[in-house]
Order: sequence, then C-alpha cells, then structure tokens
Amino acid sequence: MAMLEIKNVTRRFGDFSAVENVSLSIESGEFFTLLGPSGCGKTTILRMLAGFDLPDAGQILLDGKDMVDTPPEKRPVRTVFQNYALFPHMTVAQNVAFPLKMARIPAAVQRKQLQEALEQVHLTDKAAAYPHELSGGQKQRVALARGLVSRPRLLLLDEPLGALDAKLREEMQVDLINLQRDVGITFVFVTHAQVEALALSHRIAVMRAGKVEQVDEPSRLYSAPCNRFVADFIGHINLLDASVLQAAHGHHVHLDIAGLGEVLAPPHVGLASGGKGYFAIRPEQVRIGVHEEVRELKNHFSATVQQFLYRGDVTVYKVRLDNGMVLEALLPNAAPGRARLFEVGDTVSVGWRHDAGVFLVA
Amino acid sequence: MAPEMSEKTQSSRATRLARWLVSGPPLLFLAVFFLLPSAIMVLASFRYPGEFGGLAPLFSTVPGVLHGLTFETYQFFFSDIIYVQVFLKSFLVALATTLICLLLAYPLALLIARSPKKSRDLMVLLVILPFASNFLVRVYAWMILLGPQAALSQAINAVLALFGLTPVHLLFSPFAVLVGMVYVHLPFMVLPLYTNLEKHDPMLLDAAQDCGANAWQRFWRITFPLSMPGILSGAALVFIPVLGMFAIPDILGGTGDMLIGNLIKEQFLGTRDWPFGSTLSIMLTLAVLAVAWLAARLGRGGKYYA
Repeated sequence: MAMLEIKNVTRRFGDFSAVENVSLSIESGEFFTLLGPSGCGKTTILRMLAGFDLPDAGQILLDGKDMVDTPPEKRPVRTVFQNYALFPHMTVAQNVAFPLKMARIPAAVQRKQLQEALEQVHLTDKAAAYPHELSGGQKQRVALARGLVSRPRLLLLDEPLGALDAKLREEMQVDLINLQRDVGITFVFVTHAQVEALALSHRIAVMRAGKVEQVDEPSRLYSAPCNRFVADFIGHINLLDASVLQAAHGHHVHLDIAGLGEVLAPPHVGLASGGKGYFAIRPEQVRIGVHEEVRELKNHFSATVQQFLYRGDVTVYKVRLDNGMVLEALLPNAAPGRARLFEVGDTVSVGWRHDAGVFLVA
Repeated sequence: MAPEMSEKTQSSRATRLARWLVSGPPLLFLAVFFLLPSAIMVLASFRYPGEFGGLAPLFSTVPGVLHGLTFETYQFFFSDIIYVQVFLKSFLVALATTLICLLLAYPLALLIARSPKKSRDLMVLLVILPFASNFLVRVYAWMILLGPQAALSQAINAVLALFGLTPVHLLFSPFAVLVGMVYVHLPFMVLPLYTNLEKHDPMLLDAAQDCGANAWQRFWRITFPLSMPGILSGAALVFIPVLGMFAIPDILGGTGDMLIGNLIKEQFLGTRDWPFGSTLSIMLTLAVLAVAWLAARLGRGGKYYA
C-alpha cells in the first residue's frame, strides 16, 4: 500500500469544481509533482494534504490513516510556502527550530537537529541573521530547512522556486534533488513550470481543470503523452491533424495527414481504422536537411523555411509543408558553423523516423 | 560639461528651496508655539511668584519686592515627599489605564483586523465615533452612570447587601477615575493596534500552524511579538495624556483624588503660584521623556521591519 492515498477526492467552491474526483497514490521516498496551469486544482490538493482545506468528498489516507479529523498542526506534514512565510521577528535558527520547539523536543536534541538542518541547506553561518537580511535563495533554503528539520512524513512544496531568478532556480533544482535523495522524505511538489517538473520529479501528475490527465515518469510523459493537452503542455510539440488509414500493420500504423499524405507511426493500442486525431511529434525528432540526407527516412516531405530562431544551444526552424502546415524542427548547434544552415525561403526536406511521434485520439 | 554642472547645482538649489518652503511653516509654527512657550516655562520656574498671581518682576528697585532668579521652587518640590507621592500615584494611574486599555483594545483590534475588508471601515468608524461629541459631556455622562441612583451602583450594592457587606460608592473614587481614563483613551490604543495587526501576513499564521503551533502558540509566538510596535505606540498615546490629565479626576475623582495634572492646574488657577506650576510641568515633561526613551529602547526589537 502506498504511503499517501488520495481517493476520489472532490473539492468544490460554490459551483466551481476545484478538484474533481482525483485519485493518486504516492510512494514513500518519492518526489512527486503536481503539474498544471494556474487554476487546475494543484494548490487545492496541496492545501488539503496540509490540512488547511478539507475534501467535500473522498479520502486522504497517510500511512493508511484517514487525515480528515487531523488539524494541520497535528499532521506529520510540513509545507514550504510559495513566498517562504518566514517569521520576520525570528532569526534563521529560531525559524528553523520552530517546529522542534512546538513539538517540545528536548533542548539537546533540538540543537542537534537544528545544526543538521542548517548544514543540509548550507546556512550554518547565517544562523543569527534575520530573514530580511537574506537573499531570495537563502530565504528559500531557510524555508526548506524549517520544513525538513522535524523529519516529517511528507514535505509539500508550493511553487517554491517561483520567486527566484532563472540561474538561481537551476541551482536550487540541483540542490533540491540532492536534498530529497539525502533525507529520503517524500516530496509533493506543485508547479506550473513543466521544465522544473521534468527535471525534479520521479513521477508527475498533469492536471487540468480539477482533473488528473496523466500520471507518469517524466520521460514517459514527454515521449508518450496520453492526449493533446498533455502533449502540448509538456515541452514543444508539432500537432498535425491526422486520421488512421490502417491500424496495427506490423510494426507501425499508417496515418493520413490531411493534404500531405501517408505517414508511418509507431503502433498504438486501441486504434481503429478511420479514427480521427492528431499526429504529435517533437521538434527535435524532425530532421531537416537537403533532400539526400532526409530521403532515406520513411516519412519525408519537402518544405520551405519560413523563420528561424537562433537560441544558442539550438536553432529552431519553422518550415511550411506543402499542405500549408507549419512544422518546427530543432537543430543542435554542437558543431561550429552550424548555427545557420538554411536561409528563409530555402526549399528543404524534413523527415522523421517511422518509430518517432505518437498518434493522439481526438 | 560646465553648463551641465551649473544646471545640476541650480536644480539642487531649487530642491533645497522647495524643501524649506514645505518644511518652513510647520517649523516656524513649532518654534513659536512650542519652543518659545517651553523656554518661557523654564524661565518662569526659576522666578518668584507675583503678589497677586503671575510672576514677580525680574528687575525691581522697590525695596521688599522679590525679584530675580531662584531655585526655591525646585527646593520646595524635593523638600516635601507629597509631590513625589502625587507623581508616583499619577504614574500608577497612567500605568493601570494603559494596561486596562491594552487588555480591552487588543481583542477588539484583532477582531477588526481579521474581519472582512468591507466591515473593517465601519468598525473603525464606530471606534472613533465618540470623538464626535464633546469630551467633557461624555465624562459627565459617566457621573450619571456611576452615580448612587444608577442601575450599576444599585445592582452592585444589592449583591453586597446579600452578603451583609457595606454598600460602596462608585462615583468620586479612584475606580471612577480609572473608568473615565480608560473610556476616554481606549480609541487611542485600538487604532495603532489595528493599523499594526491589519498589516500582518496571514500566511505566517498558516506557516506556524503547519509547523505544529496551536491557536494559543500562534498568538503568543507570532501575532503578539509582531504587534509590539503597535502596542508601544498605543501605550505612548494613552500613557502620556493620562499622566497630565486633570479634567477626569476633577469630575469623577472628587476632592480627595489629586493627580499631577490637578496639582499643576491648581498652581495656575487656584493658588496662583506660576513658578511652582512651571516647575511641576517641567518635572512632568522630564518624566514623560524618560518613559518615552525607555519605550524606544524596549521597542528596538522592531528592527526586523527594516
């Protein structure tokens, strides 16, 4: 049995359904992320886990025990709040030791655990500072230490990196991964930043409008999204209107892309001939080149370069297919002099392997 | 480069002029109506009283007429323990009033601060509504409320009679003075407290609860320490006026209850001893400054608001 079971939980505010019949199970030691656009219900779930909100229906079981009658202060659950919510009148040490003090832990043990927690977040030298004397990243680490110090069963993180600048955010991501691995505490992380979710999580639940769309490992979520929303929300993707010509023919399916022709795609369970939907393919799976380079691929078409965006590590080409659809292709700039292989207006070939991409039922 | 420089000096001269234009009139007002009278008061405390009130002349050639400067009033103040006692008593009354105001105002301020935004303004308005009527009228109203014929006195004395105790007089007692002081000064405690409490981030209480703090601990460990600046300014706004207050003890305290305020008033309007009245006023000012200094030192914990 999973450590945390969310069973058919529903939460409504008036007519608005913030969370609708959500079920999730989270294992001990897992780094689990709730990912979705704002208003998708992820924060409401977090508040219900912390105890600040209660489900209208359904159950939340922690270690098999229903949490409905346990107020926030009695739950073995800590939260790292979005804006840190550090106590401004307490020093770093007093902030971090606060949960220990509330739990009436003997002073000697308090000192030891405080020291450990400060070391974990590299803030030992800031113990006597007040929150207003700290940088954003340091405040963030104080909030983390305060969350971890009393060894909760569950640590909830509400967009904790949202207020940091990009560079710092990347550093904190690495720190968070290491920290979670070292302490072994189950993390439930809430974010709308898909890059962050992919980098940090063991598993991700993608949410939309109060419902869970897909729960999977980051790589599965990226390579095999279950529907158009997930495909579109995670990373960049080309979506082409398509219908199934012939389902499950050997190692691939035959799709018809409107105005373009037949395309081979990886097999997919439950497809019926004639089914309508989208063919989804990531920009980095689309090859772009002169005709000879691409023609060996089973799926290849001619196109015109419409626009390119030089991003440093990669160059993104937008090409127009003969049917008028615009496709994004991505070329890594690993070799020198490759930043700009094609000009706007060039006729090129684009193609992709027959085992790339995925068909999404509409 | 040169024209730029002169432009710069010109603009800084303009800002300096603007600054003086803005701060000049209030500074002038303070100089004329605060500094000057204070200086007059200090000078008056070293002079002799005039024969029929007022002050004796500084210079006089008439034999037998007291003139010049003297330390007599200060010697007089320290030679009789009764003046120190009046000071102490006034301090105690001011302290008690401040504490009672704090105890009454805190829950009220907290209630207003945590009410929905729409009803807050109305509640604040109700707190300051008593200011709409005259202060003396309101204090006289307490004479009626506390009088022997009032329901309050009758009820208390009826209960006392049940236990065979002698009836009490509420009016013209230290109790009545305290009631009047608290009643008049309560809004001065509520408003700064409310202003402070209203600014508290509710997220901090969530965070404290998340860390395992129950309602009681959330109050004592978060709300209360964070409201310290509000408490200190409220305390100053109550303590200092109560220390010098004479009207309330005059009306509700009867003849036996003399505080510094009454003593000073008596020097100017009764015995007509202006020098001694000035001395008492200076001692009071020094005492208030000492208290303010102490409060400022205590309030230095507020540095985390920087």
